[in-house]
Amino acid sequence: MEVSDGATRVLAGLLEARTGQQLQVGRRWRLETGLAPLLRSHGYASADALVSHIQAGHDHALADAVVDALLNNETSFYRDQASFALLKDKGLARLQRERGAGRRLAIWCAGCSTGQEAYTLAMMFADEPARWEGWTIDIVATDVSRGAIEAARAGRYSHFEIQRGLPMAKMVRWFDKEEDVWVAAPALRQAVRFQQRSLLDAAPHPGRFDAILCRNVLLYFSSSLRRQVFGRLASVIAPDGVLMLGAGETVIGNTEVFVSDFECRGLYRPILPEDAWRAA
Amino acid sequence: MKTCLVVDDSKVIRKVARHILETLDFSVAEAGDGKEALVYCEATPPDVVLLDWNMPVMSGMEFLRALGEAELSRRPKVVFCTTENGIGHIRAAIEAGADEYVMKPFDRETLYSKLQIVGLA
Ligand SMILES: C[S@@+](CC[C@H](N)C(=O)[O-])C[C@H]1O[C@@H](n2cnc3c(N)ncnc32)[C@H](O)[C@@H]1O
Ligand SMILES: [Mg+2]
Repeated sequence: MEVSDGATRVLAGLLEARTGQQLQVGRRWRLETGLAPLLRSHGYASADALVSHIQAGHDHALADAVVDALLNNETSFYRDQASFALLKDKGLARLQRERGAGRRLAIWCAGCSTGQEAYTLAMMFADEPARWEGWTIDIVATDVSRGAIEAARAGRYSHFEIQRGLPMAKMVRWFDKEEDVWVAAPALRQAVRFQQRSLLDAAPHPGRFDAILCRNVLLYFSSSLRRQVFGRLASVIAPDGVLMLGAGETVIGNTEVFVSDFECRGLYRPILPEDAWRAA
Repeated sequence: MKTCLVVDDSKVIRKVARHILETLDFSVAEAGDGKEALVYCEATPPDVVLLDWNMPVMSGMEFLRALGEAELSRRPKVVFCTTENGIGHIRAAIEAGADEYVMKPFDRETLYSKLQIVGLA
């Protein structure tokens, strides 16, 4: 199936308006592979037919489905093991010291895809019950994709998904097997609030976070939008909070409101007003 | 170069595993049952053993126990690779000292991921 230039423009525009994601020229093939099942299931002969239906503007569910199909949802448990070790041993250790009085942490996993990242966080806490005894850990995980959030909430993983990144001991400890599907244990599912929400909209409740994970999401934003989103994340993170990006991502050249966290290299911290003053 | 001993009574599985492992920069040796594998490990312990469960002569579990008792210059990591996908089997493997567990069918990503977990990729 060939997608015409006209249809490509419309679909790329829809994707960017809804999510901020730009369709890379080199990833145009995603249009074809992504849309093929949708065309089949909805009975459209071509992408152009689909596009004109969307442009008529009545079928919001269809537009949602198209956006979902064009998003890259790739993820895995413990994606970049070393980064999660750093978060656990350094980032969370510091927060635990700083928050000893209130014993409460709010964590936002922004762009959580099908849930593996949020459940990884939940396992990190659940695996150390003595360390976190008496603590209230609020994990909220959001994604713009409805399909991804539904999958995340269900917590059901295929034979292949469950074997990406997840050590066997955690797999049998935190997942039950139903036929060929691995289902996150109730304790894990209850530890995370999943919400369909775009990073371009307001931050979720409670609106102030000790740690934010925003990994492999901002890659395909335009640089100006990326800058804007970093600014928003900075406005909802605690002054001593930690930001975790994807292993291949950095703030350098992308924003001035976060800097590398010298105590936990690989994590980022917001720049405080006095730092900003000094930097100016 | 890292070394892996692929232990499986199926020649086809050994070939598939070898191919994937070679793309991951492993030097690969093969054994058709636990006994052969044990002899190999005693002579040249590899970095990791990819181990089938059901095999004639000596099963994966029997191999794992024997490996624990053998005097080796160094202990290889052991990653089970089997169609026995039940939680009971996985727990038994953990108890017997396996380092990781690959459930068949597997692909390159699965193998790569499990080797990363045991610190070899
Ligand atoms: C490649 S996945 C990364 C998932 C996970 N964070 C990880 O690193 O493994 C990117 C996710 O970001 C989501 N996403 C893209 N644009 C978004 C936006 N504007 N708001 C929220 N999520 C978005 C996509 O739906 C997708 O699930
Ligand atoms: Mg066999």
